[in-house]
Amino acid sequence: MSKLIEIKSLNIFYGESHILRDIDLSVKAGEMVCVIGRNGVGKTTLLKSLIGLLKTKSGEINFLGENINRQMPHQRARKGIAYVPQGREIIPYLTVEENLMLGMESLPGGLSKNKKIDDFIYELFPILKEFLSRKGGDLSGGQQQQLSIARALLGEPKLLLLDEPTEGIQPNIILDIESAVTKIILEKGIGVLLVEQHLHFVRQADRYYAMQRGGIVASGDSSELSKEVISKFLSV
Amino acid sequence: MELLLDSIFNGIAIGSVLLVAALGLAIVFGLMGVINLAHGELMMLGAYTTYVTQLIFKLPILKPFYNWYVIISIFLAFIVSGVVGIILEKTIIRKLYGSPLETLLATWGVSLILQQFVRSVPLSYGSGLIISLLIGMVLPLFFPTKIKESIKFKYYKLASWSFATLIGILSAELISSLISKLGRASSRNVDVTAPAWMRGQIEILGNTFPKTRLMIIIITLISVIAIICFLNQSAWGIRIRAVTQNRQMCDCLGISTEKVDVITFGIGSGLAGVAGVAVSLLGSVGPNVGGNYIVGCFMVVVLGGVGNLLGTIFASFGIGIMTDLIGAGRLLNIWPNMPLSLSNTINFFATTSMARVMIFALIVIFLQFKPSGLFPQKGRMVES
Repeated sequence: MSKLIEIKSLNIFYGESHILRDIDLSVKAGEMVCVIGRNGVGKTTLLKSLIGLLKTKSGEINFLGENINRQMPHQRARKGIAYVPQGREIIPYLTVEENLMLGMESLPGGLSKNKKIDDFIYELFPILKEFLSRKGGDLSGGQQQQLSIARALLGEPKLLLLDEPTEGIQPNIILDIESAVTKIILEKGIGVLLVEQHLHFVRQADRYYAMQRGGIVASGDSSELSKEVISKFLSV
Repeated sequence: MELLLDSIFNGIAIGSVLLVAALGLAIVFGLMGVINLAHGELMMLGAYTTYVTQLIFKLPILKPFYNWYVIISIFLAFIVSGVVGIILEKTIIRKLYGSPLETLLATWGVSLILQQFVRSVPLSYGSGLIISLLIGMVLPLFFPTKIKESIKFKYYKLASWSFATLIGILSAELISSLISKLGRASSRNVDVTAPAWMRGQIEILGNTFPKTRLMIIIITLISVIAIICFLNQSAWGIRIRAVTQNRQMCDCLGISTEKVDVITFGIGSGLAGVAGVAVSLLGSVGPNVGGNYIVGCFMVVVLGGVGNLLGTIFASFGIGIMTDLIGAGRLLNIWPNMPLSLSNTINFFATTSMARVMIFALIVIFLQFKPSGLFPQKGRMVES
């Protein structure tokens, strides 16, 4: 499998604070990679820097072999990186349908030429079809999370960045989200970089990276995740 | 009942002027959150565009079409104010997003510059400047993609701007030579004369209506319907509404937020230009004509509920009807047996300027109880 994204010696600062330290990481097509670590170690910062919300101080972010360090978030999105942020960030006063349509902005021609929502979205998240005309801000947390993932998938991304998708979500919806993510990896062959605390979801990943104090301190196959690693790096 | 109906008719006429003036501000201030104190001056540019168009249509070659100059000037005013708005956004506002106080001061400065500009610069040169800005901005959009993506694109842009400048200078000279009035700078007010078909009155349900007022109501209606359709039905409308609610996430979804800002501000400014056409039909046009409306516009947007176009519509007509009821003293006619102390108070406020004072005071009191206006935003997101 070819590498979708490859990060070399990435350093990120918030003002004077050194947040990410010499991060090396890669994700291949059709692979789910999980980043684990306790709160405040820099997991969200890592995803924000990959989508372009934070400027890179040093190091390289290569996507499909091209250096994207200097590209804006919308340019990275059009290249094929989709981002599902912590807290969902759906557009509250737009309807569910309009929120979904926004996901197609990163396709060639953008929203102006792509208005038909692919039926596979409703197969993954049937509840969204029932609420198409409802305002996004009026959905429950779990429904908003499904909307956020569906919106990201409509852009037909090559790489999906998921930031704690199960945070604050009721257990039955967590299972729906887990099965949807694993299904799209199998069917669409996209790569997923997942930041997660929920152990069951972490175990679905192919590989893991463990973070501590802004750096990667351990990595390997998820099947090798021992009880020691879990208790050390997961808030469970 | 007849008096009340009369008041409603007059209120709608007054409210239409307020609405068309506030519509652009409802987008710029209501949706983008930019406090643009130069909005009144963008209206003033629209009013001057009507005046210039009128003089151009008096030329022998265009004389047969003179009756339609108002219709043409609506489009031209939208373009002129829109272009100036885009320049304003690209050069000043863009650097001040998230800094309301600095934006307020900067746009106030711009309003003074624009006022002085129309006093000191002949309108023919102003027209030439707008023509060159328009060509300079639009021409590169028609370049083939191959050129746009090449390293030499900046040289092509430079060439197009040089061409635009040349056309602008030639246009200014041509207008000066053909219409001497436009070749001289003047700080005196000018008058726009309505074409023959817009003069006189029309009778509706037993009430006589000046045709110019009716025309303003029609302009307002068309502007409101067009902007509502644009915001709700078009792809750009969805982008604009999305970016105004969550700029960062929209960027991550592939939307160029800078382009959306430019288009939103351009449309808001263009609508101010359309309002300028309406204002020019009501009285003389001068550098301060927009300043008379700016406070009223902000009041309308705030009373309606910031970010809510429906609220802006209700607030405009509400203020219009109240202005007529209080300012024309109609309340006394509708309720003749009013207690003496109350009738004296209402009589005191029964002039146009005092009615404005009364209405602004009432709005301030209303906002104490409903600070989010008539139609506040609702939903889980707001509650959280």
